[in-house]
Amino acid sequence: MDASAQPAATRTLIRRHSLTIRLSHWLNVLCMTVLLFSGLQIFNAHPSLYWGQYGADEDLSFIAMQAVEDGDTVKGVTRIGSLSFDTTGVLGVSAVDGEQTARGFPAWATLPSYQDLATGRRWHFFFAWLFVINGLIYMAYGFVARHFRRDLLPTKNELTPSHLGHEIADHARLRFPKGEQARHYNALQKLTYLLVIFVLLPLMIATGLTMSPGFNAFAPWLLDVFGGRQSARTLHFITAFSLVAFVIVHVAMVLASGVFNNMRSMITGRYAIHVQPQGEPKP
Amino acid sequence: MSRLITRRRFLIGSTLTASALGLSGCDLLVENPTMQQALRMAEGLTMRTQRLLIGDKTLAREFSVADISPTFRANGTSMPDGAEYQTLLSQKFSQWNLEVGGLVERPTKLSLAAIKAMPSRTQITRHDCVEGWSAIGQWTGVPLAAVLDKVGLKPEARYIVFHCADEYEKSLDGSGWYYESIDLVDAYHPQTILAHSMNGHDLEVPHGAPLRLRVERQLGYKQAKYLMRIEAVGDLAGLYGGNGGFWEDRGYEWYAGI
Repeated sequence: MDASAQPAATRTLIRRHSLTIRLSHWLNVLCMTVLLFSGLQIFNAHPSLYWGQYGADEDLSFIAMQAVEDGDTVKGVTRIGSLSFDTTGVLGVSAVDGEQTARGFPAWATLPSYQDLATGRRWHFFFAWLFVINGLIYMAYGFVARHFRRDLLPTKNELTPSHLGHEIADHARLRFPKGEQARHYNALQKLTYLLVIFVLLPLMIATGLTMSPGFNAFAPWLLDVFGGRQSARTLHFITAFSLVAFVIVHVAMVLASGVFNNMRSMITGRYAIHVQPQGEPKP
Repeated sequence: MSRLITRRRFLIGSTLTASALGLSGCDLLVENPTMQQALRMAEGLTMRTQRLLIGDKTLAREFSVADISPTFRANGTSMPDGAEYQTLLSQKFSQWNLEVGGLVERPTKLSLAAIKAMPSRTQITRHDCVEGWSAIGQWTGVPLAAVLDKVGLKPEARYIVFHCADEYEKSLDGSGWYYESIDLVDAYHPQTILAHSMNGHDLEVPHGAPLRLRVERQLGYKQAKYLMRIEAVGDLAGLYGGNGGFWEDRGYEWYAGI
């Protein structure tokens, strides 16, 4: 990361992220953070997930977080299908002001920390609007400014199995592209970002809207696409945690591949690369 | 902003219990009145957008008999405990009347028999609780539009308010009685009915006997049970907490389309 480590290379600051990208990225960080924690607050109002058009207490749930009495104590049990796990302290039962309390996700994971569905909904829908507006602006920019085509669309060569295999092996060893190669996203980055931008985030919005009885009247076909309101709720949950997984890997990669350089590029737009003067192929 | 939070912190610190002192920064922001006001803008945006997209007469999805939930979860009050309701129930609602008044030309009282004799609509729809669960049931009742046409709305009427027989939150000032309200778009929607039957039988007490509202493009808390009186009003400010419903007075959205 340090220029002195490669004395032969010239350090160049390239313009990596445009202002639109940087603003939309950080707005998205804010929105997704609030949406996750307020979403867990909403989930806690009924911490069970079903498949199909309907689903309530008497119906078969396939994920459920419950408080189960166990002698004098209460155990938090998380059930996925027919498998049950003791998750006391985190899921099902956790401490609120020092007292073990029945709740799906613990106080530190919900917004607000205490049980308040009405407030959770207010935050969730406000930031959902912000998220959608931000996303629409980003999408329009991505197509018009050719951000998707230029920066995110993998080339034919990048999609060959040998190239992808090579990149996966490099990533696993935390060996990141250097020099000219660092000028662009690598194929794994491109594919991951495309998956997030064009599949996971739209899926969050679509499954969220499928839970709205008002929106159902406008677009009842969404109920058919997702197999019902309760299926949509389940998919909303699963997709949310897919995004949590993405964010964990994303942040880990940012840390591993040069946190200062990465943060600078997403704040100021400038990204440093080290170009070797000798033997560098001229385009 | 920081001054507001500081003052808020002081207020919370001085008024709430010791446990509240441990409130995180997020919770302080949650309780900031300016923040709460800002967040409420989303409700208006959602309502206007949904109304624009849906259209006033578009129906909620109707399901088939095979889709009906084996057990329809009863929520909220399952047995109103007031003496008046208990008497009406013991008489099998033969003495019950639905009062229709407020900003109407011809205030009236309708017996259960009179309501059942009116033209009815049957629909199998999904009931979505704000908590997240859903149940599908079959409802039969008189379209609210037919009742409103019978009494004639005055031109200044804007909302229809539903007064219920259950006091969901016991209070000295009577602020805990269940009530709900909808505007005229939903009041005249073809699927907005006053249901007296569920799944082919008279409405059971846990589901709101003898009469409940069904307003199918909104969430469960709008589906007021144990109807006693319908009132046409010009605005909602004068009723209870002024937000148009029991749950609305406790922070939930008046427009419950999402």
